[in-house]
Amino acid sequence: MNVIELSVWQLSIAAALLIALAVTLWLTHLGVSRSLLIAALRTVVQLTLIGLVLEALFTMGALLWVALLALAMLLIAGREVQARQQRPLSGAWGIGIGTVSMFVSAFSVTVLMLAVIIGPEPWYRPQYAIPLLGMFLGNTMTSVTLSLDRLTEAAWRQRAVIEARLMLGQRAQQALSDVRRSAVRSGFIPVINAMAAAGVVSLPGMMTGQILAGSPPSLAVKYQILIMFGITLGSGFGTLVAVLLASHRLFDGRQRLRVDRLRPARH
Amino acid sequence: MLQLIQLSLPRLAPLELTVAPGQVLGLSGPSGSGKTRLLRALADLDPHGGEICLDNTPQTAFPAHDWRRQVMLVPAESQWWSDSVAEHFPERRVVDWQALGFDRDPSDWTIDRLSTGEKQRLSLLRAMAYQPRVVLLDEPTANLDERSRAMVETWLLAAIRSHHKMAIWVSHDDRQLRRVADQCLSLGPASVSA
Repeated sequence: MNVIELSVWQLSIAAALLIALAVTLWLTHLGVSRSLLIAALRTVVQLTLIGLVLEALFTMGALLWVALLALAMLLIAGREVQARQQRPLSGAWGIGIGTVSMFVSAFSVTVLMLAVIIGPEPWYRPQYAIPLLGMFLGNTMTSVTLSLDRLTEAAWRQRAVIEARLMLGQRAQQALSDVRRSAVRSGFIPVINAMAAAGVVSLPGMMTGQILAGSPPSLAVKYQILIMFGITLGSGFGTLVAVLLASHRLFDGRQRLRVDRLRPARH
Repeated sequence: MLQLIQLSLPRLAPLELTVAPGQVLGLSGPSGSGKTRLLRALADLDPHGGEICLDNTPQTAFPAHDWRRQVMLVPAESQWWSDSVAEHFPERRVVDWQALGFDRDPSDWTIDRLSTGEKQRLSLLRAMAYQPRVVLLDEPTANLDERSRAMVETWLLAAIRSHHKMAIWVSHDDRQLRRVADQCLSLGPASVSA
């Protein structure tokens, strides 16, 4: 079975509706119409470009090019994590913590999935490696962003409480424990929701894609379960590493709360 | 004995002073003169120059949390993060609630129903329940009525004298400082006069 061809004018019907939505938002002064259009435009441009890159990559299939694309994806994700936070840690630490935590989690999970579980030949075969990494990295990025945003924002808001607990002689990480717990929870909510809703509330995108492309549903389900677990592992470990590193960075060697290391919020 | 040796903070002349066990140092000065900043430096919550010693051991020789348990800052505005009063107190401590006017044990009270004055009195009871050697009191009676103020003064002085604690007591009220302090220090806007 082949996938039904999709032409540009068919896509433009969906695009026209999206523009109508933006115009409605603009006419009703509800905002977001501008960022909606920019995001939609980004989707079209970015996906078109990555389509070209993937076609080139699939014909070459060299490890070096796969690694380079993976690195580019990681760096862009690291920048996004920083940009999406209200009060990120400033300087190299801010970008570094997000990037490092995504690297150790999403990358290890991808390599593990490829080399040990799925086992394509060669293990870095781009048809498998890039889409898998994309899914793990994208979801890990969301979780890491949410948890770091919650951590830094709550540490800022509750700085008086945290310092009061320090004054009573609590250790830094004990004084931050409530904040840390809620930050980790924020990072896990998307993956737990996704797993809980899978198949009943939502049909995951990759499984839908495989079924549309003609795979038997039972195989698509197995892949989807594997992907879900991979996403959970990537997001989960990414969240843990990010929260651990960032909460360490919120204090100095004398266990003083250092909210001055947070960038002031944008308005 | 609490010693400040050439303690320096931004916009404040270097400080040199000693508080002996059982003694209270009164600290006054206009708003913005650095009283709270000085207390924060003593509790090692802000970076500072010079040295602070407790019984001849420098601050840096203590792990920071140990130091703060020994040299405890009680801020003007108290903070509460759990639901009930008891969760903020150390376990297995006998607290003399009555001394600060609580006729009933308030352990199971919820934080929401506490008045400002109750919070202030409870924050003093909480700090003393950790048995610090030095208490840094930032306006300890600011939110209290006359009766509670007298009660707090009596109780704090008794605790400091009988357990040989040391205290630095910040107040805007010069008469209060004359009642409680063994020596006084006034911080000026730029310089310091002892």
